[in-house]
Amino acid sequence: MIGGLFIYNHKGEVLISRVYRDDIGRNAVDAFRVNVIHARQQVRSPVTNIARTSFFHIKRSNIWLAAVTKQNVNAAMVFEFLYKMCDVMTAYFGKISEENIKNNFVLIYELLDEILDFGYPQNSETGALKTFITQQGIKGQPQTKEEQSQITSQVTGQIGWRREGIKYRRNELFLDVLESVNLLMSPQGQVLSAHVSGRVVMKSYLSGMPECKFGMNDKIVIDKQGKGGTTDDPGKSGKQSIAIDDCTFHQCVRLSKFDSERSISFIPPDGEYELMRYRTTKDIILPFRVIPLVREVGRTKLEVKVVIKSNFKPSLLAQKIEVRIPTPLNTSGVQVICMKGKAKYKASENAIVWKIKRMAGMKESQISAEIELLPTNDKKKWARPPISMNFEVPFAPSGLKVRYLKVFESKLNYSDHDVIKWVRYIGRSGIYETRC
Amino acid sequence: MPAVSKGDGMRGLAVFISDIRNCKSKEAEIKRINKELANIRSKFKGDKALDGYSKKKYVCKLLFIFLLGHDIDFGHMEAVNLLSSNKYTEKQIGYLFISVLVNSNSELIRLINNAIKNDLSSRNPTFMCLALHCIANVGSREMAEAFAGEIPRILVAGDTMDSVKQSAALCLLRLYKTSPDLVLMGEWTSRVVHLLNDQHMGVVTAAISLITCLSQKNPDEFKTCVSLAVSRLSRIVSSASTDLQDYTYYFVPAPWLSCKLLRLLQCYPPPEDGAVKGRLVECLETILNKAQEPPKSKKVQHSNAKNAILFEAISLIIHYDSEPNLLVRACNQLGQFLQHRETNLRYLALESMCTLASSEFSHEAVKTHIETVINALKTERDVSVRQRAADLLYAMCDRSNAKQIVAEMLSYLETADYSIREEMVLKVAILAEKYAVDYSWYVDTILNLIRIAGDYVSEEVWYRVIQIVINRDDVQGYAAKTVFEALQAPACHENMVKVGGYILGEFGNLIAGDPRSSPLVQFNLLHSKFHLCSVPTRALLLSAYIKFINLFPETKSTIQEVLRSDSQIRNSDVELQQRAVEYLKLSSIASTDVLATVLEEMPPFPERESSILAKLKKKKGPGAVSVNELEEGKREGGELNGGGERGGDSSAIASTPSPSADLLGLRAGPPVTAAAPSAGSLLVDVFSEAGRSGALRFVCKNNGVLFENQLLQIGIKSEYRQNLGRMYLFYGNKTSVQFVTFTTTVTCPGELQSHILHIHTWNSLEPLIEGGAQVQQVINIECLTDFSDAPLLNIKFRYGGALQNLTLKLPVTINKFFQPTEMASHDFFQRWKQLSLPQQEAQKIFKANHAMDTEVLKAKLLGLGMALLENVDPNPENFVCAGVIQTKAQQVGSLLRLEPNAQAQMYRLTVRSSKDTVSKRLCELLAEQF
Repeated sequence: MIGGLFIYNHKGEVLISRVYRDDIGRNAVDAFRVNVIHARQQVRSPVTNIARTSFFHIKRSNIWLAAVTKQNVNAAMVFEFLYKMCDVMTAYFGKISEENIKNNFVLIYELLDEILDFGYPQNSETGALKTFITQQGIKGQPQTKEEQSQITSQVTGQIGWRREGIKYRRNELFLDVLESVNLLMSPQGQVLSAHVSGRVVMKSYLSGMPECKFGMNDKIVIDKQGKGGTTDDPGKSGKQSIAIDDCTFHQCVRLSKFDSERSISFIPPDGEYELMRYRTTKDIILPFRVIPLVREVGRTKLEVKVVIKSNFKPSLLAQKIEVRIPTPLNTSGVQVICMKGKAKYKASENAIVWKIKRMAGMKESQISAEIELLPTNDKKKWARPPISMNFEVPFAPSGLKVRYLKVFESKLNYSDHDVIKWVRYIGRSGIYETRC
Repeated sequence: MPAVSKGDGMRGLAVFISDIRNCKSKEAEIKRINKELANIRSKFKGDKALDGYSKKKYVCKLLFIFLLGHDIDFGHMEAVNLLSSNKYTEKQIGYLFISVLVNSNSELIRLINNAIKNDLSSRNPTFMCLALHCIANVGSREMAEAFAGEIPRILVAGDTMDSVKQSAALCLLRLYKTSPDLVLMGEWTSRVVHLLNDQHMGVVTAAISLITCLSQKNPDEFKTCVSLAVSRLSRIVSSASTDLQDYTYYFVPAPWLSCKLLRLLQCYPPPEDGAVKGRLVECLETILNKAQEPPKSKKVQHSNAKNAILFEAISLIIHYDSEPNLLVRACNQLGQFLQHRETNLRYLALESMCTLASSEFSHEAVKTHIETVINALKTERDVSVRQRAADLLYAMCDRSNAKQIVAEMLSYLETADYSIREEMVLKVAILAEKYAVDYSWYVDTILNLIRIAGDYVSEEVWYRVIQIVINRDDVQGYAAKTVFEALQAPACHENMVKVGGYILGEFGNLIAGDPRSSPLVQFNLLHSKFHLCSVPTRALLLSAYIKFINLFPETKSTIQEVLRSDSQIRNSDVELQQRAVEYLKLSSIASTDVLATVLEEMPPFPERESSILAKLKKKKGPGAVSVNELEEGKREGGELNGGGERGGDSSAIASTPSPSADLLGLRAGPPVTAAAPSAGSLLVDVFSEAGRSGALRFVCKNNGVLFENQLLQIGIKSEYRQNLGRMYLFYGNKTSVQFVTFTTTVTCPGELQSHILHIHTWNSLEPLIEGGAQVQQVINIECLTDFSDAPLLNIKFRYGGALQNLTLKLPVTINKFFQPTEMASHDFFQRWKQLSLPQQEAQKIFKANHAMDTEVLKAKLLGLGMALLENVDPNPENFVCAGVIQTKAQQVGSLLRLEPNAQAQMYRLTVRSSKDTVSKRLCELLAEQF
């Protein structure tokens, strides 16, 4: 159980300090500052044990969030809570920054009182919280007794994430498939490791208490249907299905149904939420291929040539492409020539950064650079860190397709056809590296 | 130093530093640094040569980045270039960079050394100083190799500026500390001593640091400095505060110099020349007089400077330990400080008094302050001061005030800091035992000790009480009564139960007459504690119960009932179960007579059963102690503790008791044969462990434990090749308290010193050994010609304020330099016959000290270092060996023949060698080994 929760700025000053249990003293605040924030060596482990007290921390831009406990807690639970806490704060006041935290400290304490009780995590659903913790505070409309009791019954009821009596003139539904693709490739083009982690994020503006059903090209479902002979085009669907390694769902999804039938059905919360999270490792479409060529000319010169090839339908356009070519630590000068986009040597990051705004599929582009080196005293060889890349493509690299999203509302008179649905695929780079 | 002109400030550097300071996060800082590094790299790479100013600026930036904790791997060349600049600031930055960031790049070192050489030979004093500072700051072996010869020349040259001389002296000191072997003594040494007469006080101050360090290693070469130092000191001390102008610090003339002079004098014995000595005594008296004068300033610096000199003077007085008048005056002065309101002063006063107490002249004077010290122990707020007070009380204790001091320490123990309790308990136990005149007082004290600080009382302490009670008839009844009363407390410490169980079991009958302590009451009292105790205590109590059955037959049924209960007879602990079963059977089967015999009162413990003896027995098995070794052990013991036993009240003793060896008797039941009990004195066994010299044990082996007592363990590891040997000594601190001022010296007594054995020690030890730590010392030995005596190792250190002094024989014997020689039978006898002159042979017939085991004998002979020749002697029982002793001067061939006679348990040992002294010595050494 979490004994206390502290928020620090980058200097290690305490912005928020909330202690839930007596075994955590005020000195724990200082212990974390001294041993982690101001540590001589950068602390890379997210869990630090200081004097029999465990500190779990995450960092959001310059802000440190640390949960403290003296007990043997489930570390995954604590981190899940910390991330959730960040989500809640973001939903309330936007970006987590020192300024915002200072401006909203009353709200944060109020939230902390609500989502943690004696160190046990409570309801942290933003939608539900927003019904009774409002930013207006006392300025806002005082709630009537009826409303208050309604909130109580809703929050403690079976469907805590959606209140009754929601009405929209236009029933709309937005569905985003957001994926990040991670890759490590050898200089010869061999894939050393690759995986995609994806999220299905929904924004729903639906009236009443609708029952939704979500379908995608999950291999298990497709295969089952193929065996039953119900699909129209068994050959094609079998090819396009994807194998999901593991997935997690929003609490609104009926897990029992997923376990038995592998169908995803749920009553959606109102507004924006993350329906599911998944990970795949097989048959990933790699949007870009990086071909490096590094040649050392003597002790004081290095020639680098990098070719990138886009590997998707020519009709699609990739955006925000950035290739980062590391340079040796004793670089004294760089000359770059590139066919497309802009390239620049950034001394502060020890890298050549090459940016291309847009690039269509099945194209190729190239950069060449001459790096001058300063002879140094130590004989250490340059470690040659990998070339990394950033991009954004309008499809899902895992191959995931949304097959359907059905909405049923029996009480109100609108049907599946009346709902306006929007689907969007965005594939981004995670850690996308090629060794050189 | 030339002033830095305003226009010389480096703007770029200032901007860079302020950028770094303004960085919000570590990442931003790293980015800024990377950018700057790239900029500097491109500047250094650039084709056009940089001017001195920008070079200086960039080198400065690199230095700053390095000091921020980032690695710098370029720029060394540019820094070296700066060294050859003619501008002071550029040169200074160059040297700064080199001192901070030097690495052992061979080609750069050459360039640096060249630049330094140039500066040293320039006539410009500032450049010379910069170069000297750089050498001292780097202080590496390479630097020492390059410049150790040059610097003494600069130091003693007549035309060197004063400031350069100062730097040179300190630089040389630094080089000497890093690599003493490279700084060779020469004719400059005598001239360095004369720097003490220099006009310039700065030079004198610098030179004296150097001389103090040098004279610690080579006292003889610098002997002349004593008279010079004394005259210098007297000039300073007698000068008015205004005479020395720049060197007067808050009205005190040259305080640092005075302290250093006094410290230098502490390296030497009192001067023999009467005039010098008179002058010195006069100085010391003046210093003591000045302490009495009213302060000239209220500033704390004034009194600090004055007291620093005073304390240094007092340590010198203590060091000399020969001027009763001065010692007493010092003591009185310290007595005044004991009540000073400065805590630091009180601490220092207590510490110095501790050493004063060990001097026979001032012991009485120290004792007059007992009330103040006791008060300090009670009221001081700082634990370290209280600790010193406790040390001092311990040091000043003697027969006259023991009762008072022990009582005070006991009462303090109740509130004492946990960190010093264990030490306090030991001190109380030692004092109580050492100065006890009346046994009931001793018993009371120790029982009180157990009651107050039971957790900190070690086994040995309560063992001793029991030994003493058992040995003294007159105290037994009193002890039984006291423990009975003590046990009546609702909660008492387990150690108390142990003592109680043992004593009541033995002497419960002495108090059984009183109805309040009738047998059954006694038993019930003991048994009420039974369930709260650990297994060993329970076992002891069971034994006490069976003794009760013998003492008081009326308790038999009750006790049998207890023994028969399941919790005893089926106890899960084997020891308890066995005792219960056996005692139960014993009590029911045996007749009263048998019982009375079996459970008779314990016989008295052997008094003055020396732990040396016990240790020997433990090592070699019973009944094998030769009289020789015993005497040797005693002699050594006496020598070691000579200082302590002489006055009887001196406190320079080991502060930990070591009765453990005596307890062998307690554990093993029947006491071993012992010397006649000396009725008068208590068993003072404090010194006992203080060591039998291990020299004899090491004749046939090279590694082992040379010495061990409660405080210190000295291990030894040695290796020999031809006429050279190397010995590793390991000093292990067995306590949890650190040893301070730990020094060791190796001396070669008599003629050993001059030409026989050449000993060179290196790896000078740190003066501190932390608790539980071990330090190592290496000794190189060269055998010049044959020898018979062994070098002595003297060890001095302070433990808890008390000075410990040990002298041990190093196990270096002539046989260590043996080179085995293999030869056939006829060769052997041919040589045997060649060595037929009567003085070449040494023969000894002696009784066997150990069992005559062939394998053991073989192993011993092999350990001797000679070659053991098989199938040479016609009699297979006999052993013959051959070897050559390698000395620098000559080689001495030796042959040995050992004829054991199993029936008579005798040996005949014959040694023949080409030199008569060798034969004799070998024969002596070996005769004690078999």
